[in-house]
Amino acid sequence: MTARARLLMFAAAAAVIAVFFAVACTEMPSFGGASHPYGDRAVAAALAHRTANVVSSVNFDLRAFDTLGEESILFGTVLSATLLLRLARDERRRPAASERVLPTTRLFGVILLPVALVVGVYIVAHGQLSPGGGFQGGVVLATALHLGYVAADYRVLEKVRPLAVLDVADSIAAGAFVAMGAAGLAAGGAFLKNVLPLGTFNRITSGGTVPLLNAAVGVEVASGVIVLLAHFLDQAVEITGTDEPTQEDH
Amino acid sequence: MGPWPYLAAGWIVLIALYGLVTSRNLIHAIGCLAVAQSSTYVLLLAVGYRRGGTAPVFSDLRPGSRPVVDPVVQALALTDVVVGATVTALLLALTVQLRKRHGTVDPQALTGLQG
Repeated sequence: MTARARLLMFAAAAAVIAVFFAVACTEMPSFGGASHPYGDRAVAAALAHRTANVVSSVNFDLRAFDTLGEESILFGTVLSATLLLRLARDERRRPAASERVLPTTRLFGVILLPVALVVGVYIVAHGQLSPGGGFQGGVVLATALHLGYVAADYRVLEKVRPLAVLDVADSIAAGAFVAMGAAGLAAGGAFLKNVLPLGTFNRITSGGTVPLLNAAVGVEVASGVIVLLAHFLDQAVEITGTDEPTQEDH
Repeated sequence: MGPWPYLAAGWIVLIALYGLVTSRNLIHAIGCLAVAQSSTYVLLLAVGYRRGGTAPVFSDLRPGSRPVVDPVVQALALTDVVVGATVTALLLALTVQLRKRHGTVDPQALTGLQG
């Protein structure tokens, strides 16, 4: 198909989509309206379960089963990226060279790394109280570790990320989510039922299973993202094809 | 504001599809897909907005003192972000392999199947 024919077909299809979508929008409830039946019920359910952050309550209590699917998608992606970006038969691994960095950059990394790690743990641990949670905090934790690459070099990053341990942590955390669901089934009669004591509203121990599921997701996201990025960075830094020698080989 | 926030979401998805259709580079196409996905964030958050509402977090807000926006669509948007990130990662990994095996990232140059 030529580019022109493709564009014409797209224009026709886009026009149809645009017209139907616009007509559908005029029938939608008006923007900013007061009627949010699901929202009102979710807020009431979260307050009944003493979870201050209603979004966390929806994700890890009311819709915890959907979150299980969501973290399984993440787990599957980490697995498939590991498979896709493995060392092929015609490739070889060239150890990363150590690189010179400015002392100020190194100082920046040394100071910021612990701060970023603490912020990540804080965001995971306070998911039931304030905006944040396992997904957001896990990403902060994973990026924090990569300060080792930004402020030093790839060899330092390889030292601070034990990939074998992280692979296992990823799987254990994904399994822990299912195990907690099964525990809810055994104790309360429903998969992922919030069976733990609900605690005091607005305390870190409130929300029953929400903080525990947040912690499991936090570990899984942090280790999953580190492993995922490790495979991409390995491709960029360490893996070279034998057919096309790079500049450094000469 | 009428239906304009919803129409903005539709506009974003259409320009993203235009980018996908005319793309000559898979990295660019993956970027277009991310834009298409971001239209769902706009739509979801527009559906959940309540005039004068604040964030549905009660750690520093007395329940019932102010209207809050719909937390259900916010949770859906979070799911959306996670799925979007994983899809992008997987497609980028596939693009890395394509570049290695076929020597091109132009989707229009990829015509034949190779075993």
